[in-house]
Amino acid sequence: MSYAEFLVEHAPRFADGVVVTAQQAVLAAVLATAIALVAGLLRLAPVAPLRWLAGTYVELLRGTSLLVQLYWIFFVLPLLGVSLDKFTAGYVAVGMNLGAYGAELVRGAVLAVPRGQWEAALALNLSPTRRMVRIILPQAVAIGLPAWGNLMIELLKGTALVSLIAVADLMFVAKQINGSTFLSAQAFGTALVLYYVMARFVLTPAIRMLERTLARRMGRVA
Amino acid sequence: MIDWRWDFTLEILPRLAIATGQTLLAALLGYAIALVLGLLLAVARRTPWRAANAAIRELVEMVRSTPLVLQVFFVFYVGPQFGIRLSPWTAGMIAIGVHYASYLAEVYRGAIDSVPKGQWEAAKSLNIGPWRTWTGIVLPQAVSPAVPGLGNYAVGILKDTPILSVIGVAELMHTANAIGAESYRYLEPFTLVGLIFLLLSLPAAAAARFIERRVRARLGVIS
Repeated sequence: MSYAEFLVEHAPRFADGVVVTAQQAVLAAVLATAIALVAGLLRLAPVAPLRWLAGTYVELLRGTSLLVQLYWIFFVLPLLGVSLDKFTAGYVAVGMNLGAYGAELVRGAVLAVPRGQWEAALALNLSPTRRMVRIILPQAVAIGLPAWGNLMIELLKGTALVSLIAVADLMFVAKQINGSTFLSAQAFGTALVLYYVMARFVLTPAIRMLERTLARRMGRVA
Repeated sequence: MIDWRWDFTLEILPRLAIATGQTLLAALLGYAIALVLGLLLAVARRTPWRAANAAIRELVEMVRSTPLVLQVFFVFYVGPQFGIRLSPWTAGMIAIGVHYASYLAEVYRGAIDSVPKGQWEAAKSLNIGPWRTWTGIVLPQAVSPAVPGLGNYAVGILKDTPILSVIGVAELMHTANAIGAESYRYLEPFTLVGLIFLLLSLPAAAAARFIERRVRARLGVIS
């Protein structure tokens, strides 16, 4: 069987896999970004217990590994009375894990906003909320965006682990096709290329575009 | 509500302790491969042949931006298709070693790029050959900027070793899975594995920061 025949025969299943991977990645990205914002800002909160809470979350999720967390959420959490179906468990685990890494990134980006901006906002008597939302965060977003892009590629790669709890993503499809045809190089090789295309020719250009748009809106020449 | 059994915990601890050794061994071996291969890849991007440089760059980029778990399966299953049988350990070490080599290649590249251009030119004007330019002048200066990245990925590879369980490397995750399958108890083994990883990676991260400071102090870099 030539590789072209292999592709024609299995293209629909690979396509289904890509769709599930994309769904997992988008849902996990939304969750990770939300967690990163909340935890990252809490780490800078003026109230110490809030800082500790966010710090514990970040250390706990960065200190254990994603696969361990995924299995824990899927196999152990039901014993404690919280049952998630495999699709939900998948993106929740990926989102929570990458959110912890993102929190450090948010913290770094907020701290990287020049001091003068904080002082100017204070001098103009802006309320702390207004200062954060209108002055600091927009600049922090511009500073943190490239690193956030790298995080999103990590996240896309991380979603491949959900195949291990039988979510039918691209990785899972590749494994199934390998199991039924024994054409390992074709099955896994095709999946490798598809992940590569998603990361390098979809995700990366999208983030670059976002960076350029933002730079224009901030009045900087990129 | 939580039905944690201490007798069961004590019963499985020795097995998990052995598996912890395997996890550390896998991380160390994988990292050793990555350190060497990563350096070779970083240097290979600076050859006089442009097409070769671009090809290496694209290859590193491809390995970096695809999932490790897929690469592990790829290495393990593609060999037998062509008559090469690899044990789970061999396949796992190749996959994780190459994957992290692609990360470390970027770390080295950044560090090499940070060596001022004048150093290369001075070496050339003093008629120093390429080998001595690399080993005597460029690489020693690239050590300090490379250390933080190298440290981060050392901790990173430790946390990625559970992925090797998918092809049957008997590290922590694999052992916890086996215990769960035998006893139908997942609470203790999976929670313990999480705790063990926490106990390994927090000191590892602290050690990486310590080494970073020491190297900077030794090289007289003020930070």
